[in-house]
This record gives sequence, structure tokens and C-alpha cells, in this order.
Amino acid sequence: MTLTPVITEHWDDPELFTIEGYRRHGGYTALASALGQDPDAIITTVKDSGLRGRGGAGFPTGLKWSFVPQNDGKPHYLVVNADESEPGACKDIPIMIANPHALVEGVIITSYAIRANHAFIYIRGEVPEAIRRVANAIREAREAGLIGTNIQGSGFDLDVVVHSGAGAYICGEETALLDSLEGYRGQPRLKPPFPAVAGLYASPTVINNVETICNIPYIVGRGVDWFRTFGTEKSPGFKVFAVSGHVNRPGIYEAPLGITMRELLDYAGGMIDGRQVKFWLPGGSSVPMLTAEHLDVPMTYEAMAEAGTMLGTGTPMIFNDTVSVVKAVTRWLEFYKHESCGKCTPCREGTYFITGTLERFQHGHGTDREMETLVDLCNQISGRSFCALGDAAATPYPAALKYFRDEFVAATTSPVDDEFDPAASYVFSGAAAR
Amino acid sequence: MTVTSNNGPGSDVEMATDLISVVIDGVEMQVPKGTLVIRAAEKLGIEVPRFCDHPLLDPVAACRACLIEVEGMPKPQPACAQVLGEGMNVKTQYASEIARAAQEGVMEFLLLNHPLDCPVCDKGGECPLQNQAMTVGRPESRFDGDKREFEKPVNVNEQVLLDRERCVSCARCTRFAEQIAGDPSLELLQRGAKQMVGTADDEPFESYYSGNVVQICPVGALTSASYRFRSRPFDLVSVPTACEHCASGCSLRTDYRRGVVTRRLAWDDPEVNEEWNCDKGRFAFAYQTHGRIDSPMVRENGELRVASWPEAIAAAARGLAQARGRVGVLVGGRSTVEDAYAYARFARTSLGSDDIDFRVRQTSDEETAFLAATIAGTAVSVSYDELESAPAVLLVALEPEDESPIVQLRLRKAARRGTKVLSIAAVASEGLAKVDGERVAARPGDEATALRSLEAPVRELLSKPGAVIMVGERAAGSPGTLSAAVELSAATGARLAWVPRRAGERGALDAGALAGLLPGGRPLADAQARDQVAAAWGVAPNDLPANNGRSGDALLAAARDGAIGALLVGGVELSDYADPALAVAAVEEAAFVVSLENHHSAVTERADVVLPVAVVTEKAGTFLNWEGRPRIFGQVFRDALTMSDAKVLSMVAEAMGDSLPGDVRAIRAEMGALGPWSGARFEAPMQAAGSPAEGVVLASWRQLLDSGLMQDAEPHLAATARPTVAIVSARTAQALGDLVTVTGPAGSVTVPVQAGDVLDDVVWLPMNSPGCHIHSELGAVPGSTVRLTSGGAA
Repeated sequence: MTLTPVITEHWDDPELFTIEGYRRHGGYTALASALGQDPDAIITTVKDSGLRGRGGAGFPTGLKWSFVPQNDGKPHYLVVNADESEPGACKDIPIMIANPHALVEGVIITSYAIRANHAFIYIRGEVPEAIRRVANAIREAREAGLIGTNIQGSGFDLDVVVHSGAGAYICGEETALLDSLEGYRGQPRLKPPFPAVAGLYASPTVINNVETICNIPYIVGRGVDWFRTFGTEKSPGFKVFAVSGHVNRPGIYEAPLGITMRELLDYAGGMIDGRQVKFWLPGGSSVPMLTAEHLDVPMTYEAMAEAGTMLGTGTPMIFNDTVSVVKAVTRWLEFYKHESCGKCTPCREGTYFITGTLERFQHGHGTDREMETLVDLCNQISGRSFCALGDAAATPYPAALKYFRDEFVAATTSPVDDEFDPAASYVFSGAAAR
Repeated sequence: MTVTSNNGPGSDVEMATDLISVVIDGVEMQVPKGTLVIRAAEKLGIEVPRFCDHPLLDPVAACRACLIEVEGMPKPQPACAQVLGEGMNVKTQYASEIARAAQEGVMEFLLLNHPLDCPVCDKGGECPLQNQAMTVGRPESRFDGDKREFEKPVNVNEQVLLDRERCVSCARCTRFAEQIAGDPSLELLQRGAKQMVGTADDEPFESYYSGNVVQICPVGALTSASYRFRSRPFDLVSVPTACEHCASGCSLRTDYRRGVVTRRLAWDDPEVNEEWNCDKGRFAFAYQTHGRIDSPMVRENGELRVASWPEAIAAAARGLAQARGRVGVLVGGRSTVEDAYAYARFARTSLGSDDIDFRVRQTSDEETAFLAATIAGTAVSVSYDELESAPAVLLVALEPEDESPIVQLRLRKAARRGTKVLSIAAVASEGLAKVDGERVAARPGDEATALRSLEAPVRELLSKPGAVIMVGERAAGSPGTLSAAVELSAATGARLAWVPRRAGERGALDAGALAGLLPGGRPLADAQARDQVAAAWGVAPNDLPANNGRSGDALLAAARDGAIGALLVGGVELSDYADPALAVAAVEEAAFVVSLENHHSAVTERADVVLPVAVVTEKAGTFLNWEGRPRIFGQVFRDALTMSDAKVLSMVAEAMGDSLPGDVRAIRAEMGALGPWSGARFEAPMQAAGSPAEGVVLASWRQLLDSGLMQDAEPHLAATARPTVAIVSARTAQALGDLVTVTGPAGSVTVPVQAGDVLDDVVWLPMNSPGCHIHSELGAVPGSTVRLTSGGAA
């Protein structure tokens, strides 16, 4: 399967991030077309396109938009989730840096469709470059009359605000993001009510991922049929895959959904030093790991689910055989423990329990009984926590145990570093030698 | 805990008409639409474990202890937040392995970081975590890592301590602070396992209701300085009681051990205090044992000396008999109904006098007429529930947060559901902001004018069915206000409620402890009323005083001027009168003074006979709260040697050759036999407004926590009181600087200045707080003209 750069098509133009650069490649033509349409027609177009959310959950975007009650007399809001914090995920931030106007154009069209006059882009605070680029793009768009009152004579008003997050993974959870945006401590909200009915400031709110929104100008501009030429029936379109790990050319590869990891691996220049793929994760640390035997599974929502994992953010991390699974899982759990918001018991206490136990395994002090206890603990979190963070934290261990039980057994007798020299897995060259 | 539906905005009435069928653990039942699984399960007697759930707080579904299985849902759902739908099939831990396992798992997690310090924890023995760990937890822990540790304890305020390592992050305390009290300074901080309850740096949790968080904490994380490490729950004897502090009328539970009260808790009374009370009601009980008078005393050669009961009773009887027909009776505002009735009857029969008043505060003849006409002997007309459902509530000379804290909580609950609260006041107080209230500006003294010139939209609001006007006791000091309130009530149809501050006032009024009024609101001047009362008391109608007696300042002045031969005083602080000098002179000039008291006071110092009486824990009795609802309480210490006022009065009466019931049951029987009064009532007053005061006018009320003597000996509580400040407008504050000297006729006080939403020509001072006692130090009352001078730098 060939690469199909769309959002990333003109990233080699160093001026793409400016409004002139973006317009040079056809930018903002979709907006003009959108403003001439009935907002409901745009919602229908997006529904028909079959676009699914690119933030990880894969919820149909048009359907989400259609949940917003219309003519309810309340303000509507669009909130863009640009708090990309998933371990291994690095796609939204490059998009915002390289092609911020695609996001802005998508924001304007989406706001028009859902009748929102205020849009917020909640960007991960650790990435000032992305914040600056997006803020600059908004300024340029405002100066060009694309944001503000009576946009292009359409009678549509829109203001777009960039908000910088303060460094909490939980604020990528959509309702925690809303609390954070409102100035509260970011913790997920009880649902129902769902954000589409009572979201930001208790008003109907659509929350979409950066990449999702960036798809909108292209779908509106080039049509449903064009969009559906990519991907599969259930996973139409293309995806910005961000490949990382033990590959020769880690980076962004935009390809139709349905491409396989083996193909992506080829585009990424194969494994460093020609070593074996040991395990890989299709979309961030929150999805169960796969192994070399899954390299030919199509990267679609449905095929990944069938393989027992999820497409997630579509940002594969590939690990070679120098990596200790025990150690990798421990690192991830340390992350979840650190980022657990504390609201619900299973996530708050479960990550504390699991992490402490895994750290003992890492040092060779695990026990057979604890291997089973850890399975119990993951079951006690999964599906019982308040939000998906807990579910995510319960994901790495069971999958790792399924494929690499021997390594956990070994960790009951000897430290993992004995068998897996940490230096051997460094991806920056020569580090081990020095 | 209260079993109520607390979800959804729909009223109970709407829900009751809209029933759905559900199945819980195989039992089919009908519940109102919108009912939560956990509430429905309770109705079946199924207790689903819970920590964060509280029927009076919004669901948060944080602790996950209540996970249950709902047929058709892939994941277990929290019973505390899951709303039942038509046909829903729910399985709790008793019918579902999924639910049982989920609950067990959560319990294991909850115990992970919880210290095993139950043997030294105050909550041990009454701990939901302990109990539920036994019912749904694993027998053994699988966790052998390090538990998290915190510095312990930390004060969230002077009274409430926090041991963070015990906290299970249920957010009950933080939700109480935010949702119920409206004091959202208690919050969850940090995240993950490091999450903890706390306040902003160096900012205490300022709330009059802070003790409630101790009570609703499902673990031992929050404790009170006054009870911490004092006792074990299983060593305590618990008695249901009623609060003696104010007219809100809270039900309490009093716990004691070895003859000493160790703590008081808010008790569950959905119609009154729900499950809350204020910190004064919870913590101010040390006065019951501190500084008590333990034996009768008589004055001999100018000095009080200890006397035997027979001697003291005989002395009292002799002195009072000599002055028969010329005895004034002053009854404190915290008498029980039964004691007040005893005073009322003793005055009219044994003393032959109608010179009696229970109001130890600013009074007026207008108020006397108002109380006699509209309040005395009436049944509950406006209730808490009706406040909650009222479309609008107008407050007049009433600051509920300070003067009737449970009214404040109910108004806040009402306001959160849409009740519009308005307050005729000079100060837009913090309390008013917490009920989202709107001020109708009026200087103290100008309330009557404000009431008579309310704008049309306000009158329209008050014309809506269910609207309420609440008048505070301070209205007595503002001429025409009570008359105007009666007029407004008649004109709009809004119901009128009178909210006194002290717990005993409403009961004393109904018991007839006010000149001109016999029990049940019967006019002394009414022949039928005289007949009824005389028959009940076993005397001839002609034996009752012929004419209406004196009350208020007239009564005090009569004593001062020698028109009264003796005073019988029960539980009165002279400094509480609006004119303390007059009150002191009255007691000093009276030829013979009998004082029934439990503490030494300005009256006992000057009395000829001092007869010690019981405090609330040592007797049974009844208070009527502002609604007129009886708050009956039993005797906590059954072997107490002290006697109630009624009992002591009956002994004096006997020594005088009369007979008076002294036993609570006998008094209740007599009052019950007398029954309600259905005859003619007094005319409501029709008094014009006073003329507006010149210059800067004093606004004032008693703060909940102040110099009140019943808060004695509880330093932690006192430390949570609001500081003594003068509140003035921002403009005035700027002109004054840091300190202001407020000068009245009798003197001045110098206090820090605080800018607030106050009318420009008004200064607010606390009525009776440390460093500021306006009656004695300024000689002023609300509405008095005072002078402000810049008091220099702080």
C-alpha cells in the first residue's frame, strides 16, 4: 500500500505554516465552499464520509456532531483536544507545528456545522512551539477575515481561543479537559450528561482530536467519494501514522487505513541493525501490545480489535529483542500511576499497587503468586474505573503476560537488567559504547 | 441516613406521579422515575457498600465501592449514580458474582494505603470503612508494599483536624463544603495516590458548619479537636436531644461517657436539619459543666453564702410573698417550654403579677402586639420544606447564617433549586451571597419604609403561591417594620414567619411568659381565655391578674423606679439587654431578687437568693423552633441531682402555700389539657415607620460564634469565629484607613476596618463579639447614629 499524504502532503514547504503557504496549496478553499452550504449538509457529509475520531476511541465524528441539539437557545462550543500526551503518540503536535492552518480551517468549518461561535484549542502546555504556531495561524486567519464576525459575508461569527494545558495526562480525557478549560482541577466528569448536551459551561459541546478536525477541510473540499477511496468500509480514510522505536527512520507516515505494520516498517527503513521485532503497540501505551506475528494485520479499527488490541492513536511503537517487556510495562505503569488523577479508587490505588509490584519484578523479586495477583488487579481496574485512564493502565500487563510469560517468570529470580542490558536498547547511536 | 431521592431537578411531587418498574436482585418494585439504584436498593433493605455516596450530596461515583451489575450493560455500574430506567434489571453483590468481585476489588484498593491504626483511631468502632471491609472485603491483604505517608495531623481549621493517610478521597467533605455550606475552601489537592484534602496555603477552612465534615467522613481522616482521642464509640451512651442554642431546632445526638458529654452530633431529621448542624450546636457544650453554681445561696449581711435547699426555698418564698402583686419575672430566652410555662403560671398565680417577659434583648410594644396577634399559639405555618419549595423568600432584619444557621442551609438548598432570596438589609453579607440572594437596600431603622415601597417586580414575586416573608427578632428595634411586614403579607399573600434567635423564645411566647398573654396565645384580657386558664390552673378567674402587665423596658424601668417590689429572674444575662445599664439598675434597685441560674452572672451577684437549676442535659423538656415545631428531648443524665426551673418554682410555690406542677409530664399534661386557643386574638400592630436617623447608622447582629456565654470553655470553637471587624463601604473604608473608632452615646470601640458591600452611611459591627459589645460599650443598638473616626494604623 502506498503512502497517501494529504494532511502531510506539503510539509516540505517550509512556509506551509503561514496562511500564504497554506493558501498556495489550496488552503481555505474548502471553507469557502462550506460557508455556502447548510450546516446540516456538512454534518451529513462528515457522517457519510465515515470519518472516525483520531484521538484513540474511533467514535464516528459526524454522529458525534449530530448529537448536539440544535435551536436549543444555548451557546454551542467546539473544543479541540490537542493535549497529545499518550506515551508514544506524536502526530497532533507535528501537525500543529507544520500545518496549523489545516487545523484552523477545520475548526472554522466544524464550528459552522455545529453552530458554535466559540472554539477552544486545548494544547499540551509542554509544547510551546505548537501553541505559537496555532496562535499565529489563528491571528493570520483573523486578519484575513476568516475568524471574527460575519466571516466572508456568511453572517457566521466565530472566535477561536488557544488554551495551554498545565501538564496533566488526565486533561486529555475530554470531560477532564473541559473542567481544566473552565479553570477547575482537571478530573473527569460524571456522564451523563454527555458533553454534546452539557459540556463546556454546561452547554452543548463537541470535542474532537486535532487530526480529526484536520480531516474536515479535505472531506468538505474533495468530497465523500474521494475520502472513501481510502481505507476500508468501517475505517475509511487515511491516517497520520507516527512510527517510533527501534526503526531506522522514525517519523510521520500518512497512509490509508488498512496499511500493515510490515509496510509501515518498510517505509520507516526497517529495524535498526536488522534486529527482530519483539513487540509493538499500534497506538500508544494504552492499547495492548502485539508481536511480530501481527505485522500483517491491517491497521484498521476493526482488524486491530480482532487482533485483541486497538488502533488507538495510530502511532505505532516498535520494540526489538533487546527490550525487557517487564521493564517496558513497569515504565508504562509508572506513567499511569504518576498521571492517575486520584478521583476513583481503582485507578488511584490500583496503579500504586501494580507499579510497586512490577518494580519488584524488575529487580528480580517477583513471585509466581504475584504474577497472578497482577492479573487480578488489572481485572479490578479494567471496566471499573471512572474513566479510560484506569482501563489504559490495566492494559499493558495482561497483554505482556500473554506473549512473554517467561520473562515475568525469570523476573522472579533475577533482575531483568541481567538478561537485557539497558544500553543495548538505546536508539541513539554509540550511546552504549560511551 | 436519610432515604431520599436526590437526583434530578424534578420535584418530589412530579416524581411520585411517575413510577417505573424495575427489578433488583429478582425483586420487582416500583420506584419514582429518576431514582438511583442505591436508594431503591435501600428500600428493599439491600445495603450496597458506599463511601462517596451521601443522599444529600450530588453523586460523584468516585469511590466505586457500590459497583453493581445492570443487565445489558457491559461494565459494572456505580449504584450511587446509576439512574433506574423502566424495566431495568439490577443485580447487587447478593445476586451477581460480577458485582461481588468488583466490590471486593475496590475494597482491597481502598485498604491499600489506609493505615492499620484502627485501635488508636477515633472512628474505630463506628467506621464505615471498618464495617464494609468486614462485609465485602478480602480476609487477607495481598499488598505488602509501603503505604503512603503524610505529616499528621494537619488543621484544616482550629477545630477540625485531618489525618491525610486515612483519607479515601471520597470527596464527601469537599462536596459538603461546596454544595451544602457554600464554603468551598476545602478542596482535593494533588493527584493520584498523593491526592489529599486540603485548603489553600495558610487559609483555614472557614465555615460555621465545619464540624459536619467530621461526621460525614466515612473514615477517621477528619476529627475534631474537642473529641479527638477522648473516647471510643462503643464506650459512649447516646441520647437523642435537641439543640439549645438557637431557634433552628436541630435534632442532635448527645454522646456521654461516665457522666460527661464527650460530643454532640447532628441527628437525622429530614424535616428540620436534615443531617447537618452548625459548629455552635456541635461543639458548644462545655458550659454545661464549666463554672456551674452547685448549691443554693442566700444573702446575709450583704454577702451571699451557701445555704441548704430548704433554707433558700423558704427565703425565696418569703421575699416573693411579701412583694405579691408587685413582682417582675424575667425569663431567659433559652428556657424550655415547660420551664417557661412554670414561670408564666407561677407569676400569675403565686405572684399575682402579669409583669413578665422572656425577651432578653431589644423589644418594643409593637413587637409585643405583633407576637400576640400573629405568632403566639399558632401551629406550624411556614416549615423548612415550604421554604425549600418557596418561589421567593424575603428576609427582614434577619441574617440566617449568623442568627439561624439551619435556615441558611435550607435557603441555600432552595436557592440552588431556583428560589429567589431577597433581603432587606444595609449589608449584602457573605451569607446572602451563599443563597444567591439580592439585597433590597435599607439602613437599619428604615426597614418599614423599604417594606412599604418595594418595587412591583418584588411584590409580584411575593405574590406567587408559596412565597415567604421571614422576619428576624431585630425587627423589634425598627419601628413600623413588623406592622409593615404584616401589611405586606396580607397584601401579597406571602406567608409570614418570625425567626427569633434563641431556642426558647417561641416556646416561652406560647407558654404565656409575656405580659398580657396566657398560654396558647390567650389574651389575658379575654374573659373566655381567663376562664379556660383559671380552670386549668385550679384558681378562680378573678385570681388572675386583672390588667395586662408590663414588659420590655417598661418592666425594667418599673423595677429600677421601685414600682416593683421583687424580681424573679431565670437565666438572664443583663448585658444582653439593649440597655444593660437599665437592666443592672433594675436588679440593683429591686428590693428582693431571686435568681434561678446555673452559672454565676451579673444577676446572681446582686440576688438575694440564688437557686441553682439544671442545664439541658440534666432535664427533659421541649423547645419550639421558629417553625413552632416541638423539639422534645429527654434527660441525658438521669441521675443528675439538679432540678429544672419548673421543679424549683414548684418548691417555692409549695412554700408559699400554692401548688404548681414541677414535673415535665405533669406540665405537658396540663398544657395539653388547655389545648389550642381558637378565640379572639390581639389586633396586629399598625405602626408608622420611624423617622430616618441622621448621619452614620449602626448595623449589627449577633455573630453565630461570639462572646455568648454558652460558648464558654471551648477555645477551638472560639478560634473559628469570624474576626471582629467593622464593615463599611469601600469608599468609607478608604477614607478610614486600617482602624476605625466607632463612637456611640456610651463610649467607643476601635476595631479593624473591612470593606464590604455596605451602604455608604452605614457601619456594621458585631453585636457581642470579643472587643466589640455594642450595647455596653457603645450604648447603641442597630439603627443608632454613631460617629466614625479614623483609628490610626493597624
